[in-house]
Parts: sequence; structure tokens; C-alpha cells
Amino acid sequence: MLAVCDLTVDVAPGVVGLVGANGAGKSTLLKMLLGLLPATSGSASVLGHDVATEGPAIRQRVGYMPEHDCLPPDVSATEFVVHMAQLSGLPRAAARERTADVLRHVGLDEERYRPMGGYSTGMRQRVKLAQALAHDPQLVLLDEPTNGLDPAGRDDMLGLVRRIGTEFGISVLVTSHLLGELERVCDAVVVIDGGQLLRSSATADVTAASALLVVEVDARSGEFVDALTSAGVRAHPAGRLVEVELAGDGDYDRVRDAAAGLGVGLVRLEQRRHRMAELFLAPAGGGRDA
Amino acid sequence: MTPDVQAGAGPVESGAIHDIGYRHYDGERRGRAAVRRAMFVESARGAYGLGRAGRTKVMPALLLAAMCLPALVGAAIAALTGADELPIAYGGYVLNLQVLVSVYLAAQAPVSVSRDLRFGVMSLYFSRPMERIDYVLAKYAALATAVLVLMALPLTILLAGALLAKMPLGEQLPDYLRAMGAAVLLALVLAGIGLVIAAVTPRRGLGVAAIIAVLLVLSGVQGAAQVIATEQGTRDAAGWTGLLSPYTLVDGVAHRFLGQDSVLGAGPPGTAGALVFAAVTALLVAGCLGLLVLRYRRVSIS
Repeated sequence: MLAVCDLTVDVAPGVVGLVGANGAGKSTLLKMLLGLLPATSGSASVLGHDVATEGPAIRQRVGYMPEHDCLPPDVSATEFVVHMAQLSGLPRAAARERTADVLRHVGLDEERYRPMGGYSTGMRQRVKLAQALAHDPQLVLLDEPTNGLDPAGRDDMLGLVRRIGTEFGISVLVTSHLLGELERVCDAVVVIDGGQLLRSSATADVTAASALLVVEVDARSGEFVDALTSAGVRAHPAGRLVEVELAGDGDYDRVRDAAAGLGVGLVRLEQRRHRMAELFLAPAGGGRDA
Repeated sequence: MTPDVQAGAGPVESGAIHDIGYRHYDGERRGRAAVRRAMFVESARGAYGLGRAGRTKVMPALLLAAMCLPALVGAAIAALTGADELPIAYGGYVLNLQVLVSVYLAAQAPVSVSRDLRFGVMSLYFSRPMERIDYVLAKYAALATAVLVLMALPLTILLAGALLAKMPLGEQLPDYLRAMGAAVLLALVLAGIGLVIAAVTPRRGLGVAAIIAVLLVLSGVQGAAQVIATEQGTRDAAGWTGLLSPYTLVDGVAHRFLGQDSVLGAGPPGTAGALVFAAVTALLVAGCLGLLVLRYRRVSIS
């Protein structure tokens, strides 16, 4: 079975997002980059090391945050992260110091002395992130760091990911099945599906290619669509909402004018990213050869 | 809320005041040997609940106390009465309390390996500069050390009691060292058996039950076989039954090679028996290690 196939991609430093539906091969790709899964063919190098032959050298300078739960319940976050830092080769005193630093950065306070069995999902994700940063890696691979978090927790986590890439100066490769999330924090996005590359581009390109305005009006949405269409805007109903494909800034004015003309109230205007499915159906022409 | 209150709350809420920014680490990064040692130390401490949650300390502490109690009483009697001989011999001490050792092994071998399997910690280990064999070696050494401590502490208490009772060190030390040698061997054999069984399943309870069952059944079968053989009057056969249980196996080796008094069984018959007992012990340790290496080669990193 092919998990990741014919994937050729060159990832630049900074925060890079890896997007794909569940089962697209994101986690498999990360494990290959750690030198843990052999590729049947092809090659990859991380920080200048070949993944096939120099796995240990890579793993010394790379941090990895797995997608699934990986925390034993009977130790405190402090003990655990110290142990993990030592396993990355840090002497005990240095490991203790780094642990205190990193747990502070991820925002774990008094709880860090309590056994992790009683932690909330948000706290567990923070510890998982902390152990990936404990040895001050040059690159961190974060597998679905926002998994299971509530909206506020997601925002915090994404903020942290952004800080790691900018303030901390650590390159980040972060996966998610939600393109919208990654757009907010990534410099570039790689989209894979079924193990194959769909597109790889700077985040701005993806956003530009997928500008979609979702409009909610309080009444007569059918007539509203007609009014927009007659004004030369591509609009179509989507349930109670109206989707408008933005061609330029002028379209915002036409939406406003159409609503005013009909006398209906605008409840909501939301710029929505393309859903993954749409990206898969219509990959941008230049994406495949990235 | 008035604007004044908000202004007053502002600085308190801002955690960034103390943030001195991210500091990079450019100190020493050690190699595999140091990583293995760190793994060993953490695991050996963990076998007594050190550095872990409070409740994980209870079981090992109780068992260690139970192992040491007879030694303490014996040492105290010797010291108080000024006896010229210990009321309890070093040689048979561990074997007489083998149930406690078995229970400790059953409780702590799963803590050592099933826990990592069950909670997905393996993926964090494998994503570090450590090979699978390093993990196996560190875990084996750690559990063997923990089991050894369980047996060595009471023996050492006995020695301390003997010395307090002014018994000559020259008389006590050889017996003490023989018993310690046997304890080292037994720790290696038991840790191997315990880990091989525990590593099969991520479920701790299953591991506990399997280990205790295996050790009790082996001891029981050995005891029964030995009784039957003795009644039949075949002393050699009674000796060979020692191969059936790890305790009698090591006892036989210690008896023939370290000159310790054999407590259980009739001891291995003849030179051939001694060699077979030694070979089985060595094979058992090597075999357990080999099985563990094979087992961990198949552990997926998911």
C-alpha cells in the first residue's frame, strides 16, 4: 500500500503548513522526515542530513510532537520534560533549566508539578509541544497541534506555533486538516492528498486563489442572489447563506448595494477559505510542479 | 466594572512582564551512551516510584519493607543478644521470601514497559537520538537493578547486624558475597522473564497477572516434581527438576559455582548438571534479551 507517493517538495525555512484530509499521509511524511519510516523509493533530507542514513543526527536537532496522546499519567510535566530533554542528549542540569523555560513559554504554570493524568486536553497539548522544544531544536514537526482543542485553545496554540517560527527562530512544519487554521500562521502551505502533492505555495497565493465571501441576509436570499447576478457578481445560494466569489474589492460595494436596493439586512459578511474538497477538485495549475 | 478597576487589573493580567524571551541552548549535546544512561536512571527510579506520582510508590515501598523486615528482626536479635551467629542465613534469605520477589516483579515489570506502550510514549522515545536496542538495554538493566536492590538491601541489613554484634567480618563477608552473587544472577533472570511477558501487552493488569501466574506455576510445578522424584528415590531426577523454576535454577548455579548452600532442591546432579544449569541460565538471559529486541523491532512508531 502506498501511503505517500511521488511527493517531491522543497520546504523553505519559516512556518510551513502541511494540509491534507485525514489519511492523506501527513503523519507518515513526518515520520519519514524523522528517519523512522523508510521510503520505498526517493530521498529526503532534513537540515542537510539524509533521512535514510542519518536518522539519529536528524533526531538530535529536530523536535517532534505526535498527533496522538503520548503522556504517561503518573509523572508531572516537569519530571517528564526533563527526562525527554535528557533523552535528547542534554545533561541533567541543563535539562532542568530548559524545562522550566519551555514550560513557561507554552504557558504551563503551577500545574506542571502535578501528575499529568489530571490534565485537560489543552494542558496536554502544551506539554507535548514543550517536550518537542525541550532540547532547542532547529526544526519542530508538529502533527495536528490543535487537535481536540476548543476555539480559544486553538487560537492560543496557533499563536504559539507562530511565535516558535518567528520569535524563537525555530523552523516549523505543522500539519492540520484545516487549511483555514494554517493560513493564519504559515508562511507557506503544502497540500497533500492520498500521499500526493496537490499544491505547494506561499500562503498568500492560496488565500488569493480561494477568496470567497459568505453573506447572510435576514430575508429574501433568493432575490438577493438574483440582484447580485444581475450586477455582474458570481453568486449562488448555499443553504440559508449566499456564496459570493470575489473578483475584486468592488464586489463588496455591489453586495452592499444589492442589499440596500432590496431593503434586506446584512447579518454577516465572512471571507471564507476554500474547503479542502474544493482545493482537491481544482488544484491551481502551477501547484503540481512545485 | 469601572475604567479605574480595569486599568488596575491590566498589569496583573499581562504575564509578559516576566517574559525574558526565548533563550537558545548552545551547551553540550551528549551521545547515545548518555541517553541510554538517562533512560536507565529514570526507569530504575521509576521502579520504586521515585519521580512519579505518590500512589506509585506504595506497592514497591511495602514490598521492600516486607523483604527487609525479617532481616531487621534477625539483625536486631543478633545485635542485642550478642550472638556469635546470625539467626537467619544469607544463603536462603531471598529464596524463602521468593513470593515477595515474584510479586514485586509482577507489579513493576509492567510499570517499566507496558506503561510506555499503553500511553504512546514510544513515539517520543523513537523520535530522539536513541535506537530501539538502547531502550531495551536500558530497561533491562534498570529492572534488574531494581530487583537486585530488593534482594540486596535485606542481605546488607543482615551483614550490618552481624557486624554490630561484633561477628568477624572475615567470616561474614564470604557468605554475604555469595548470596549477593546469587542475587545478581537471579535479578538478571527474573528481569528478563518479567520484561518479556510485560512487553507483550500494553495492559498493565494483564502483565501483572501473567507474570505472577508464570512464576507461581513454575515454582509449584518444580516443587511438586521434586517431591515426586524424591519419593521415587531418584536423587538425580530431583536435582534436574531445579531447571523448572528460575529460583531453583539460580540456586543450583549459585550452589555449584559460588559454593552457596543449596536451599531448594537437590542441586544439579554432577558436573554435567552444573554445566547444564549454568548454560540454561545464560541462555535464559540471552534469550530474553533477544526476544525483547525482536519485540521492540516490531513496535510501530504511530
